[in-house]
Amino acid sequence: MKRHALITRVWHWLTAISLIVLFMSGLNISNAHPRLYWGHAGFASEEAWLHLIRYPGWMTIPGHYSLAQARSWHLFFAWPLALGLTIFMIASLANGHFRRDLVTRWREWRWSAVKADIAKHFSLDFSTGASKYNFLQKASYGLIIFVFLPVMIFSGIAMSPAMDANWPWVVDMFGGRQSARSIHFLCAWALMGFLLLHVIMVLLSGPLRQLGGMITGGRRSEEEA
Amino acid sequence: MKNRLGRRGVLAAMSALFATGCARLAATGPVSSLFEATESWNKGLHDLLGRRSALAREFSPEYLSPDFRGNGTVDPDSDQYRAHAAAGFAGWQLTVSGLVRNPLSLSMDDIRALPQRTQITRHDCVEGWSAIGQWTGPQLSALLEMAGLREEARFIVFRCADTLAGGDYYESIDLVDAFHPQTIVAHSLNGENVPIKNGAPLRMRIERQLGYKHAKYLTGIEAVASLEGIGSGKGGYWEDRAGYQWYAGI
Repeated sequence: MKRHALITRVWHWLTAISLIVLFMSGLNISNAHPRLYWGHAGFASEEAWLHLIRYPGWMTIPGHYSLAQARSWHLFFAWPLALGLTIFMIASLANGHFRRDLVTRWREWRWSAVKADIAKHFSLDFSTGASKYNFLQKASYGLIIFVFLPVMIFSGIAMSPAMDANWPWVVDMFGGRQSARSIHFLCAWALMGFLLLHVIMVLLSGPLRQLGGMITGGRRSEEEA
Repeated sequence: MKNRLGRRGVLAAMSALFATGCARLAATGPVSSLFEATESWNKGLHDLLGRRSALAREFSPEYLSPDFRGNGTVDPDSDQYRAHAAAGFAGWQLTVSGLVRNPLSLSMDDIRALPQRTQITRHDCVEGWSAIGQWTGPQLSALLEMAGLREEARFIVFRCADTLAGGDYYESIDLVDAFHPQTIVAHSLNGENVPIKNGAPLRMRIERQLGYKHAKYLTGIEAVASLEGIGSGKGGYWEDRAGYQWYAGI
């Protein structure tokens, strides 16, 4: 029995590539109008709740300012992100991945339990007991899959004027197009923060075994078998 | 064994795609055609979900933006335009031509005498900002019906009085958008004549698409069978110049 199912691995790498391209092309798009607003509309400096920096070329795709090219990259990679997540969710419900590996118990959310798990991570103890993931892994993967990625996709849809006509409830969910744009931006940084932390945790917990596992599928450890 | 190599191959190919990615890749044939395909997927999805007949939201007056931003050309740089502006656009003519049975030339009074539609809508710029304004004017469909479209007509091209970096601004839409009830030839913004920065005396409203589709300083409406041979053939000034998507519903 493999540690990671094929569908999980394909989705993992497809999403990793998509997120990086979407983030970097998104920063190029942000450079076109580096201000954020709340509500339906906004364009003036005094209406903004946040003035952003202009992101340098090494952080953006393409590496020079081009709203048109950045939009092409962004609008293409939105498809594998959204379709990939949908297919992965259906497959993970069907193959039991969510139920088996991601479901947490209420008592694990008690602050004393969470604090103990954080302390374990700081002492580089990443043991998972009888399950595949420890609590912090389950909680963070769950938040990414069920909250941050869907919010990212729907706030993106809410910025499309044609989709707003087709699905007005999407833009209402965020309280207006400019609110959706602000949330899209905040969520993008949250996802990038997760990605960096995730890479750090892999590096600290046996990077070759972890990376190998996510490529070939790896083996289940004896305790989970 | 073969199967396993295949799976690894998929993962390796995916990493390679990113490793070699970026601007240079976008210029190659396959990638730019992939990006062009994305535009038709997006349009296809929007067609499927709303058959593109859905109406853009109309707001109540308390949502009006205090001022309506002008962008792109905000004051056309030609003697002819300045003369029209000095005369309050009294002599402005809008032509309807191309693949029509009765070509038209309409004065501002002719346009104001047609049945009018008023709508408070959100304007979304490709750059990311939005402004809400109240627009009034006849529906484009009324003008096209007066002129009588020929069967071969597939697109409507908008001719404009402004130039940007030496090129004439123009735009185009398909017939679904041309006959959409919210597609109007606006002469009024927030109850006043359209200001110069917003496209005086006439600008298109193509609700449900981004701002660069809403041609300003409108002089002509032309029905065509194909966009080839107009500008560089991509259907609009920014499409030709910068590679913006012709379908700007996203």
